[in-house]
Amino acid sequence: MAEYMILICEDEGAYATATPDVFQQVMEAHNRFAGQVTEKGGKIVEGRALQPTSTATSIRGDVVTDGPFIETKEAVGGYYLIEARDLDHALDIAKLCPARFGGVEVRPIRVFG
Amino acid sequence: MSGSPPPGEPGCGGGTGAEPGEAGAGAGTGVQPGTVSAAVADAHRREWAFVLAATARVAGDLDLAEECVQDAYAAALTAWTRQGLPRNPGAWLTTTARRRAIDAKRRDAVLRAKLPLLIEPDPPASVSAPPGTGEAAERGEVIADDRLRLIFTCCHPALAREAQVALTLRLVCGLTTVEIAQAFLVSEPTMAARVTRAKKKISAARIAYRVPDPAELPDRLDAVLTVVHLLYTTGHTAPGGENLVRADLVDRAIGLARMLRTLMPDEREVAGLLALILLTDARRATRADAQGRVLLLEEQDRSQWDRAVIAEGAALVPWALRGAGRFALQAAIAALHAEAPSYAQTDWPQIVALYDALLRVWSSPVVALNRAVALAMAHGPAVGLAQIGELEADGRLGAYRYLPAAKADLLRRLGQREAAAQAYRAALALTDNAAEREFLARRLTEVTGTPS
Repeated sequence: MAEYMILICEDEGAYATATPDVFQQVMEAHNRFAGQVTEKGGKIVEGRALQPTSTATSIRGDVVTDGPFIETKEAVGGYYLIEARDLDHALDIAKLCPARFGGVEVRPIRVFG
Repeated sequence: MSGSPPPGEPGCGGGTGAEPGEAGAGAGTGVQPGTVSAAVADAHRREWAFVLAATARVAGDLDLAEECVQDAYAAALTAWTRQGLPRNPGAWLTTTARRRAIDAKRRDAVLRAKLPLLIEPDPPASVSAPPGTGEAAERGEVIADDRLRLIFTCCHPALAREAQVALTLRLVCGLTTVEIAQAFLVSEPTMAARVTRAKKKISAARIAYRVPDPAELPDRLDAVLTVVHLLYTTGHTAPGGENLVRADLVDRAIGLARMLRTLMPDEREVAGLLALILLTDARRATRADAQGRVLLLEEQDRSQWDRAVIAEGAALVPWALRGAGRFALQAAIAALHAEAPSYAQTDWPQIVALYDALLRVWSSPVVALNRAVALAMAHGPAVGLAQIGELEADGRLGAYRYLPAAKADLLRRLGQREAAAQAYRAALALTDNAAEREFLARRLTEVTGTPS
C-alpha cells in the first residue's frame, strides 16, 4: 500500500452562499465516502476541512502577507490522506470523493530514504 | 524487411543446455558479421516490445528493464557471431535481458528496496522459473499479455498525451530519444526531459503495470488507440519540415496497430483502427507527385493505390463497424473512398450518413468539417459552405488550417475568386508543412487571376 493525498479544490464562493441544507448534504456525502473507501479496500489515514482562503496567511522569505499563496476561484478546501494499492486504486477512490463545487487532485506522498 | 529470417540454427533456442552468453568460445560457426547485425536489427524491429515487456515484469522498473534489454541486444551481436543465430531471437533476448535484470536486482537489492518500483499487481507467475525454460508456453500467453501491459502503462490517462506518445515510441517501439525528438520536431533535451518525467511519474505515483479491468477497458483502450492514431497522423502529414510523409512514424503506427489486433482480437475498435490506417495508407504513394507536391484525393491516380492493402483494410470493416465506434466509422468512410472508381463517383450520400453517425459518438468540430466537405459533394458547394460558416462562428477551429483550406476550395468551385483567395491566404498563414504550403500557394495563384 502507498499513501496518496486527495486535495479537494472547490469554489469557495459556492460554500459561502450555501444553505444549511447543502451543508447537510455535503456532510452526509463525506460520511458516505468514508464507508466507500473501506469497501474499496483502501483506508483513510486522515481527513480534514480547512477554513476558507480568506483566513490564510502566506509567508515568502520573511514577508508575511494576508491571503493565500495563489488567488484562484477554486482553492484547496480540505484533504484526505489515504492508503491505496496503486494509482488506479487511488483514482478509483478519489472519484468518489465529494467535491460538488470543483474537483479533486490526487498526489502521491513522497517517501524519503 | 531487409533482414533474412534467422535460419533454423540449433544455437541456443532449446529449452535446456545452451545458455546465452555461455556457449564455448571459438565454436566457430562462421556466421558473417553482416548477417548477424542484420538479424539483430531485425530482432530490434520485431521483438523489442516483446522483450522489454517481459523484462519489465521481472525488473520491476522501466529504466532497469530498458538498460537490460539494450545490454541484451548489444550482447547478441557478439554471442550470435560466435554461436550462430538462435532459432528464436526474441526468446534469446528475453532470457538474456531477464537474467541481467535478476542479477541487477540481486546486486543492489538494498538500494532498490527503498526506491519506488514498477507496481506488479499480481504475483508474477514465472519469475522464479529458471530463465530459458518454458519459453514456448510464455510466448503463447503470458508474454503476449506483457506487451499489452506495457502499452497500457505507457498510455495511462494520468500521463499527458504527449508523454504517452513519447513513452510508447520509446518503450514499445524501442526508438531512441533522438529519433523521437526528430519525429516531433522538438529538441533532444526537451524530449529526454519529457520521457524522464513520465517514467518518474509511473514509479512515484505507482501506475500499475497491468491491463485494465474490463470495466475500465473501453476508456483505456481508446487512449491507446488515440496514441497509435496520433502517431499515424503525425507521420501521414508531418507537422513541419520538407516531406509530406514521415515513413518511419507511419510504419511504427502500422506495426503497433497490427500488434494490438493480434493481442486483442475481440476488440472491434482495434480492428477499426487497423482498417482505418491501412485504408488511408494504401494511398500513400499517390498523395504527392514526383516533385513532392500535394495531390488531393480528387487528383490522385487511383490505379496506383495499393489494392492488397485496401482489401486487407476493407475486410476488417464490416465486423469492426458492428461496434459503431469512432475508428470503425472512420474506417468505413475510408473504405468507401478507397473502393470508389473516381472522386465524382464516390458514394457521397453514404459518406455523409457515416459522418452523421460519427458525430453522434464523437462530437468533434474536425469531424463536422469533414462532414461539411462530404455534404458539399453530395448536395453542392453552397450547402457545404453554409456548414463551414457555422463552424467558423463556433470558433473552436480558429487555428485549424484545414478549415480555411476547405472553405477556399468550395468558394473556388462556386467561382467566388476574391473570397477564395482570402481563404487561401488564411490557410497559408496557419500552415507550416512545405508541401502543403506549396499546394495552397499554387491554388492562390490560380484564383487570383493568372489565367490557367
